[in-house]
Amino acid sequence: MLRGTFVRFLGFAFSLALLLLVSKGAAYIKDYYVSVIVTCGIYVILAVSLNLINGITGQFSIGHAGFYAVGAYVGASWSLLALPRIADTPLLKIGTPVGDTINVIIAIILGAGAAALAGFVVGIPSLRLRGDYLAIVTLGFGEVIRVIFLNMDAVGAARGLTGIPSIVSNHDMSIFWVYGVAILVIMLSKNLIGSVRGLSFLAVREDEIAADAMGVNTTRVKVTAFVLGSAFAGAAGSLYAHFATGISPDVFDMNTSIIITTMVVLGGTGSITGSVLAAIMLTALPEWLRFLQDYRMVIFSTTLIVMMLTRPQGIFGHREISFASFKRRKRAVIGGGEAP
Amino acid sequence: MQALVQQLIYGIQLGSLYALIALGYTMVYGVLKLINFAHGDVYMVGAYVGFYACTSWLPFKELATNPNAGGTNILLAIVALLLSMAICAVLGMTIERFAYRPLRNGLNEVDAIFWGFAIALPISSKFGPLFSVKGGLAFIVIGVILGFLMRPVMAYMRKRIKLSSSRLNALITAIGVSLALENSGLLVFGSDQKFIGNLIPESNWNFGGIQINSGQFIIFCVSIILMAALRFIVLYTRRGKAMRAISHDIEAAKLMGIDTDKVISFTFALGASLAGAGGMMVAAMTHVKVTPLFGLQPGLKAFVAAVLGGAGNIPGAVLGGIIMGVSEAYVAGSPYSTYKDAIAFCLLIIVLLVRPAGILGKNVAEKV
Repeated sequence: MLRGTFVRFLGFAFSLALLLLVSKGAAYIKDYYVSVIVTCGIYVILAVSLNLINGITGQFSIGHAGFYAVGAYVGASWSLLALPRIADTPLLKIGTPVGDTINVIIAIILGAGAAALAGFVVGIPSLRLRGDYLAIVTLGFGEVIRVIFLNMDAVGAARGLTGIPSIVSNHDMSIFWVYGVAILVIMLSKNLIGSVRGLSFLAVREDEIAADAMGVNTTRVKVTAFVLGSAFAGAAGSLYAHFATGISPDVFDMNTSIIITTMVVLGGTGSITGSVLAAIMLTALPEWLRFLQDYRMVIFSTTLIVMMLTRPQGIFGHREISFASFKRRKRAVIGGGEAP
Repeated sequence: MQALVQQLIYGIQLGSLYALIALGYTMVYGVLKLINFAHGDVYMVGAYVGFYACTSWLPFKELATNPNAGGTNILLAIVALLLSMAICAVLGMTIERFAYRPLRNGLNEVDAIFWGFAIALPISSKFGPLFSVKGGLAFIVIGVILGFLMRPVMAYMRKRIKLSSSRLNALITAIGVSLALENSGLLVFGSDQKFIGNLIPESNWNFGGIQINSGQFIIFCVSIILMAALRFIVLYTRRGKAMRAISHDIEAAKLMGIDTDKVISFTFALGASLAGAGGMMVAAMTHVKVTPLFGLQPGLKAFVAAVLGGAGNIPGAVLGGIIMGVSEAYVAGSPYSTYKDAIAFCLLIIVLLVRPAGILGKNVAEKV
């Protein structure tokens, strides 16, 4: 047990070091590719965090862009509105490596915290509503949040916020921060599925009434899922704001929510690796299809329909790809998956 | 007081339009338990059909630009309305046949070939226009290859994992159809704003200070007539009875010998034709400009109206639409008019917190 924890910690430290190296290498590739890579990472965070709500807990939330927006606006407000007032504090000095790092961490935590609060508020109706009704309420929350930002003069109303300081003064570190958070959310989801508490999440997904009868506190499970999922969406929003250095309400419209939901379903509801792969695919594919010009979105949408019709369970279904799955192909993976 | 009544009238007129679109959502939800996201885009297609019918297709189109035509313009409007309804009905049935039926019954050869050609169409236009030798050849070759490849690939995948269809899945398919319609709309109709102008000469009637616009009044009347027709079909015809039976219990309806596929197709045709009528009327009678994304907001609000009244409940959809229209008109007339797009959702959230199945919906306890 201790050995496993140690190995996991070592793996985490190793991947962070690797990320740092890759981030440094980003100076040598084109800005366009860096931006595609970072966007992929942001959508990985969003898809995996929505997978926590939709895939693992079996709720039906399609308004993830709302939490993404809350995180982005709160994170950006910290860097843009609050920070200049206290910028003289030695540890928070803008432009120095230490100050920038601490500021980014504070912005991410604030964004995540605010989104978690919003997730708590949305989680409460989920106690009474089910299925499609919950879906439309979450979609509605997303739209309401967008309209509120659209009318709030303090955050620039329809113009949005611009001139947000980018991550650690230059774009070098954006890959590190984005993929660092992505690794964190993936590890959290994975450990959750493997833990006893995670089993109660899966039980709620499979049959809520039965789970309730077996003594699972379904209320708590559902609210926890919403809070965790939206916190990571908020972190993603904060990262996006500091990467793009400009945000406006129309970035977080219904289409963004729908794309995130599509990633989760396409990857296979409940499959973490599926969500990661689908997020990268759906972000990179439209970029790759750019040579088709006007026809690209038509091809994209028809391909989406065909994918859904030919493979309704998504790319991976409930299964995961891991090193173990290559070694022992017969083993059914936790998460209700069928043996391959 | 006068202002309040005035806003109420605006609200009811707007609400009747929402109700018209919401009926299509609620009927489909009733029979299939599916959120048909593409419905708002059917409404958009209806508006475009109305536009082209009035400006270029119909033989007596020059009347549309002639301010003195008077009575004949009404004939033109009726013909365009019927045309929009018919084309949208066909579109609705096509969507049901090729996108939603495979979700229920599995993809068969015909569907596979259809989707093969559907993907081939945009790709082949890379090689040249469809009716040129090169483009046409590319279309046929790519379509045949994709269409015939899809079946064996799918059979291979299905061998490994049994076909299971979930609600989330159906939702994503519907979103895919909606995206496909919007983007092909952008290609076919162009992204510029289309505008018919006033087909029937506009006038404002004044009743003691309360203004009623003739165009909006016509929309209201036609909506009421169409809703009455729908009520007749649903309550007093065999097809309507079958629809109600399916929405009650689809498995039992099958056992009673109802051809469910046919009835579901008919339901889509009915709903789509109502949306088409709404789209045509908005394009022809109001000053709203038509764009390929013009169905998005009304579609979403109409859907919210359907859920508000109780999804699957036909009187509920009308009630929800009216509530939605009136509340939006009041917010639009107040100092907080910029929040008018949010009021729909706030109302929905409040209502669902009190009545989780909508205002008129029955809250069915889940049996274990």
